[in-house]
Amino acid sequence: MGNITGIGAAILRKEDKRFITGRGNYVADVKLPGMTYAVFIRSPHAHARLLGIDASAALDMPGVVAVLTGADLKADGVGGIPCGWGITGKDGLPMKEPPHPAMAHGKVRHVGDAVALVVAESVDLARLAADAVVVEYDVLPAVVGVIDALMPGAPAVFEDIPDNLCCDWEIGDRAATDAAFASAAHVAKINLVNNRLIGNPMEPRAAVAQYESSTGRTTLWSTSQFPHVVKLLMGNFVLGIPQHKLRVIAPDVGGGFGVKQFHYAEEAVITWAARRLDVPVKWVSERSEGFVSDAQGRDHVTEAEMALDETGKFLGLRVSTVANMGGYLSTFGPNIPTNLYGPLLAGVYTTPAIYCEVKVVFTNTVPVDAYRGAGRPEATFVLERLVDVAAAQLGMDRVAIRRHNMIPTAAYPYQTPVMMEYDSGDPTGCLDRALALSDWDGFAARRAEAATRGRYRGIGLATYVEACGLAPSRIAGRLGARGGLYESATVRVHATGDVTVLIGTHCHGQGHETTFAQIVSEKLGIPADKIEVVFGDTDKVQFGMGTYGSRSLSVGGSALAKSVDKVILKGRKIAAHLLEAGEPDIEFADGKFSVAGTDRSLKFEEICLAAYIPHNYPLEVLEPGLEEQSFYDPVNFTFPGGAHVAEVEIEADTGTVHLLSYVAVDDIGTVINPMIVAGQLHGGIVQGAGQALCETAVYDDSSGQLLSGSFMDYAMPRADIMPNMKIVTHSTRCTHNDLGVKGCGEVGTIGSPATVMSAVVDALSPLGITHVDMPASPNRIWRAIKAARVAQAAE
Amino acid sequence: MHPFTYHRPATLADAAGLLQSTGGVGIAGGMSLLPVMKHRLATPSALIDLSGVAALTGIAAADGVLTLGAMARHIAVANSPVVAASIPALAALAGGIGDPAVRNRGTLGGAVANADPSADYPAAVVGLGATVVTDRREITADAFFTGLFATALEPGELIVAIRFPVPQAAAYAKFRSQASRYAVVGVFVAKFANGVRVAVTGAGPSVFRVPAMEAALSANFDASAIAEIAIPADGLNGDIHAEPAYRAHLVSVMTGRAVAAASAA
Repeated sequence: MGNITGIGAAILRKEDKRFITGRGNYVADVKLPGMTYAVFIRSPHAHARLLGIDASAALDMPGVVAVLTGADLKADGVGGIPCGWGITGKDGLPMKEPPHPAMAHGKVRHVGDAVALVVAESVDLARLAADAVVVEYDVLPAVVGVIDALMPGAPAVFEDIPDNLCCDWEIGDRAATDAAFASAAHVAKINLVNNRLIGNPMEPRAAVAQYESSTGRTTLWSTSQFPHVVKLLMGNFVLGIPQHKLRVIAPDVGGGFGVKQFHYAEEAVITWAARRLDVPVKWVSERSEGFVSDAQGRDHVTEAEMALDETGKFLGLRVSTVANMGGYLSTFGPNIPTNLYGPLLAGVYTTPAIYCEVKVVFTNTVPVDAYRGAGRPEATFVLERLVDVAAAQLGMDRVAIRRHNMIPTAAYPYQTPVMMEYDSGDPTGCLDRALALSDWDGFAARRAEAATRGRYRGIGLATYVEACGLAPSRIAGRLGARGGLYESATVRVHATGDVTVLIGTHCHGQGHETTFAQIVSEKLGIPADKIEVVFGDTDKVQFGMGTYGSRSLSVGGSALAKSVDKVILKGRKIAAHLLEAGEPDIEFADGKFSVAGTDRSLKFEEICLAAYIPHNYPLEVLEPGLEEQSFYDPVNFTFPGGAHVAEVEIEADTGTVHLLSYVAVDDIGTVINPMIVAGQLHGGIVQGAGQALCETAVYDDSSGQLLSGSFMDYAMPRADIMPNMKIVTHSTRCTHNDLGVKGCGEVGTIGSPATVMSAVVDALSPLGITHVDMPASPNRIWRAIKAARVAQAAE
Repeated sequence: MHPFTYHRPATLADAAGLLQSTGGVGIAGGMSLLPVMKHRLATPSALIDLSGVAALTGIAAADGVLTLGAMARHIAVANSPVVAASIPALAALAGGIGDPAVRNRGTLGGAVANADPSADYPAAVVGLGATVVTDRREITADAFFTGLFATALEPGELIVAIRFPVPQAAAYAKFRSQASRYAVVGVFVAKFANGVRVAVTGAGPSVFRVPAMEAALSANFDASAIAEIAIPADGLNGDIHAEPAYRAHLVSVMTGRAVAAASAA
């Protein structure tokens, strides 16, 4: 159709000019008259009774405005931080939901737990004053590991919660799964750990709050992925601010990855402080503070087993996981290792019986919540590692065993035994292309050549399916969501035909200003540079649930598409009037309304003008103006999927793993902008490779101190660990949204840990090694090689 | 960061005087000092900036000795034709410290005086048998590093320059931390007419030599000469990245790689 900025065009990102020229507008850039600056005093202990806080010396220092504590919050009647999901256990009872005070009182439950806020006229003064506040602790024994937390006699994170158990959750048919195992010819087993991660977005979290006593209005600027939800949760449940008196702005946000999709205590405390003190208050997290206060990700310990028949057909899957919640329930915390994990264990296979139980456990660590992928990388890792182990055990080829069990493309829509109905997919097609692109069949020669250089070479693969596009509200409600998961979009067409989109999703690096403009460009036939996308301000945008769970395009984009369709519908009525034709005879294409079968037409801009200057207009039956709004609630999750292949070499003498190639073939539905999709895949794969090869949050078992508390000890993936990646889309359309889109924000992170570790284990398989936990750090691999050589020598 | 006064003397005598009179600390590149000040773990009342002291600069080679001023920045050493012509292994080492921002600020004297157990330069100083020249005396490399972040420097004593004997061959092999990219183990091997020196950084509380390897390599400068020499893990550093036994193993591996690289150069 000749629209060079429509769907499928790899146009450059509209937002990048301001980002790459340093003109972005972040929360830390907000400056207000009379601004004060806040720092949090945080617990140096993982678990302690809070005996007293003496701020007298700090309050005597010049420039210090206030020192506020949990006791002050309590005195002001400030509520605790609410959890957004309430899951239900095997016993039918709701999860244990202990209080989550915005600043600790009584006890601190992790290193970094906030105990006081110091407000001063400058950040330096606030820091100096914070050093002068004396906090007295009675240190208690701490527990950091989930298995330790469940042991009899373990320290109790909450006195009234036995065994530190938040919830013992299950999904699937236990009896049918037991029966499958009883009849199995083979059973493959694996025990594994999914390592805890720290998200580390480039921009640390920040909050600025302002109270205008003259109007009673409060404004919060926050580094949030969902400003409307913060407004609702904080206004209604924490601070008691009426919704019409509260504005939340999430301006440019420098990366989220889930870390910024929660309602954090800090934004509530800063808002409360600004109202209490009647001065603007600003807080910007330091990097080291983020390490102990940003919600962390993953942290599972799992035992899993697969039942197979004599041909290698999967008969049943049984998974038992213990998942770490940390010291408090974060907004989505209990939902991640349960609803976003168990239902993904079917993968792309026809396993008829699946049972999964998850014990969700409190520990003296930073709260755990969603981090890019959120539950789905963990499920993929369990399933795909288990398939590799089963293949090795049965002496089957890893590709063959997968093909043998894959859902046939013709079988879609496909109902799994764990809740999900996949609407579309082509797992075999993805696998075929990934194998071809990676020259899977030529690997043996590459392995032999590497051996001559003292290196173990391995190739690995994983398939995956993701449930995203969160989410159908009715299903989410059944699963314990305490909110809806629709999205809203307004299309404001100006008299000139320029368009402003107001959308409830939030962009923090994904390129929505471009992608959403392309959807409007496609449908209205106008160039993308005539379309502005506005988000992140609750005074401008009607409502929205924000951005996470790869939902922006499939849910927000669908709301946007509906609104554009309404604009076209109204435009058609205006055109019918102006062209003196029947509405059914009006066609709209290439930015023109025309009477079918004639040369009579009006440009989109002419219709827009008529809507705003309605001199010749059907005012009796049609309102002037051209602005439409839609709320869209999806009927199902979307199900991206794919197959990834990686190749590694391992130095035999140091254990260093080199990632040499990576091929990703992904079914993400309709592609709006292939360049942006490639960027999402690149970033996602790097984050997954980071988990597989280097990243891990380590707490000291006895003290609960975070040992990987800075970039000196927490190994972020760097550019030089990555090869060039081959990114290919192999899409089937989503069948239940008009755009046919599925989502691509998390797929890279979901497939890659299992893929990289498959390659690592394959490299070491000549030594008899069948599994290595993540990260495959040099020391860990060296130890595995050494132990395997000792074992081989003993045979 | 706590408030402090700032001084930028032009002469060595003024610098020494200010250190005495203010009770402050000297700052060279500040790549180690500034982070701990930002974390308020160090709170000096005065900083004596050494960057204006001309006597601390200069890179020169003569009579088989390469002399680097204490304020020689890593980037200058890495890019110096004089260093490349005399001890290329030293230029390569400097070019591998930190990242470009660190190399543009960090200095030889600062790194050596700080004696970080994972720093690269101490391996070169000991491996090459260098002499540390201060404003008071000359200290041999073997006597200079005395422990974890500890040196033979007295309070207020300033490194002026370091004199490196030019070896027949040398190389530095570093196994980097995945996180910090500091040396988990770094080995500097230098071959002189009168024998081979092997200095190890990262593995222990302070840089150390490996006499057994030096003897073996002095007899036969080939990686095979040390294949059977095991380093005991006792007393070596252990952390979340590398256990002592792994560090001990890496000393052998990195020494072998350094010997191979020195032989190939």
